[in-house]
Amino acid sequence: MTSEFAVEMRDVVKRFITPEGNEMAAVDHVTMQIKNGEFFSMLGSSGCGKTTSLRMVAGFEWPTEGEVYIEGKAMGHTPPFQRKVNTVFQSYALFQHMTVYQNLAFGLEMEGAKDDEIKKRVGRALEMVQLTGMDRRRPRQLSGGQQQRVALARALVKTPDVLLLDEPLGALDLKLRKEMQLELKALQQQLGITFIYVTHDQEEALTMSDRIAVMSKGKVQQMGTPVEVYERPSNKFVADFIGESNFLAGKIKSISGNEASVFIPSLNAELAGMPISDGLVKGEEVNVCIRPEKIRIAEKEAVNQNMFRATVTNTVYIGVDTKVFVDAHGAKLKIWEQNRISRLDPKSFYTVGQEVWLMLMPENTLILKKD
Amino acid sequence: MNPYRRSPFVIVATVLVYIFLYAPIVGLVLYSFNASRANVTFEGFIPAYSDRVVMDGSLVKTSPCGPFHWYCELAKNGDVAEAAGNTLTIAFSATIISTIIGTMAALALQRYNFKMKPFSQLSLYVPIVIPEIVMGIGILTLFSQVFGWVNDTFNLAGDARLSLGMMTVTASHIAFMVPFVALVVQARLSGFDKSYEEAAMDLGANEWTTFRRVTFPMILPGVMSGALLAFTLSLDDFVITFFTNGPGSTTLPIYVYGLLRRIITPQVNALSTVWILVVFLAVLILQILQNREQKQHT
Repeated sequence: MTSEFAVEMRDVVKRFITPEGNEMAAVDHVTMQIKNGEFFSMLGSSGCGKTTSLRMVAGFEWPTEGEVYIEGKAMGHTPPFQRKVNTVFQSYALFQHMTVYQNLAFGLEMEGAKDDEIKKRVGRALEMVQLTGMDRRRPRQLSGGQQQRVALARALVKTPDVLLLDEPLGALDLKLRKEMQLELKALQQQLGITFIYVTHDQEEALTMSDRIAVMSKGKVQQMGTPVEVYERPSNKFVADFIGESNFLAGKIKSISGNEASVFIPSLNAELAGMPISDGLVKGEEVNVCIRPEKIRIAEKEAVNQNMFRATVTNTVYIGVDTKVFVDAHGAKLKIWEQNRISRLDPKSFYTVGQEVWLMLMPENTLILKKD
Repeated sequence: MNPYRRSPFVIVATVLVYIFLYAPIVGLVLYSFNASRANVTFEGFIPAYSDRVVMDGSLVKTSPCGPFHWYCELAKNGDVAEAAGNTLTIAFSATIISTIIGTMAALALQRYNFKMKPFSQLSLYVPIVIPEIVMGIGILTLFSQVFGWVNDTFNLAGDARLSLGMMTVTASHIAFMVPFVALVVQARLSGFDKSYEEAAMDLGANEWTTFRRVTFPMILPGVMSGALLAFTLSLDDFVITFFTNGPGSTTLPIYVYGLLRRIITPQVNALSTVWILVVFLAVLILQILQNREQKQHT
């Protein structure tokens, strides 16, 4: 039976007993449907339940409640060696007492493949990760990046339906990591295998994924495409975790159609014409969320109702952007201004204490329920 | 450069430590060439080779083996050969069995959580810390009680009667060796990442294949050092063997002790020298093997 979903988690709960004897839900009623051929990421900080979820798919842990399905089949207590998924471990877990060839051949031997077939498939897998000729080395003789490729090849040589990756790039340096991100993505598209990718690095998740599940405290906070989770975060946690946000506490003054006006006490002003999401009512206390790169700074007032006076309190130059920190009637805001012009002239920076005008585009703001 | 390297204090301390450690051994080896039968004073080397042994009082004047007179005497001594055979038989069989049990105990303690775990862990230390003589007496009491009861109940007679011998010595050695093996293997396992085993299972290996192909080869160095420690402990154990041996199960330490009680001749020194040489060679070979293994891995 083939299923529309490569992997499905239905209402999965995983409870652990802490050393103090308390029960703790590492994964708390998680439901996910991962489509065939999808690059799916689980994103969250440590302890959010992403790795535990992945381990339940691999079969290293069994759910306390709920069920994991692979290719439509309920997994129950199926051991890892009977699941058609393979894992790339964070620590790589390469067998140190075996050569690269033996590491790759191990999984095929377990399938009962013949020697010449093993030789052919291992050769092809090594070629795929550009490690041809390294087959007689031992893992310790390889660089971190090469070990990472061996771990990848060892899992892929088994031609799994689903590849599980547990922070596989975590141990690599930044430049290599960025290269590998693109390489992995290309590999996934070329092979058409479903990838489930666990990471705490939001940029990595945004770069590679078709869809992302943002997790926190064992729960899925939001599931969607990179654009959706960045542009339309469903709550304050997601807005804060992915990218950076300015939050302004406010109260809905009026609603007309799909637009609302929100009064912001700290600005002592009303923001008009803001897009509204379902379930918000007039008079409700809300958080207005604005991304720092979506605020424009003007030196003179223009004709716009959503403009506010502010004082520059600090500027930080970081190459691509200049971070401008301002104080608007007591509300502290951060603004990322792209360096479209050369900043060699010190006069091109705003000076501390300078009066500026901030322009908030209503379509770039987001009204979030107060938690 | 290490600033302490040339300090006179370090040199003096080093020399003193080496004297302290090795002077007794050098003396022991030297005395194995002693011309005097009485092993108390050194009367010089046995001077010459000849057709037969010539004695002058307690001094050996000449011998067919020359300075190696006492080694030849030793070689002619059938009791020594038997004791050496017994010692090695006991040490080998006890090492194999205790290594298996100790490794299994270490693996279980490392990966499972169970109610009695702290107790199990503690019970491993007890045989190590209690005085050997107490353990010896305890084991002897156990054997004699059980054997007496079995012999009486089943009316065993003659050879069928259970008595102290090779089996009881081996069993008691296993009893005190298991904790040592378990602790050495446990120390080795503490750095063992369970993701290796998960990776093996992930690649399609069941539990047994995972153990055989991945876990065991990876912990083998730890198991080997545990086994070596156990082997040397068995080889030179005196106290527990003293209580549990019987007719036909005399080991080398027991035999040497017996010799000392009758008459002390340099034969004892010759025997000890051979013994030291064998152990030294064994350790040397093991070191070479381990170094080669490490070189392969790096």
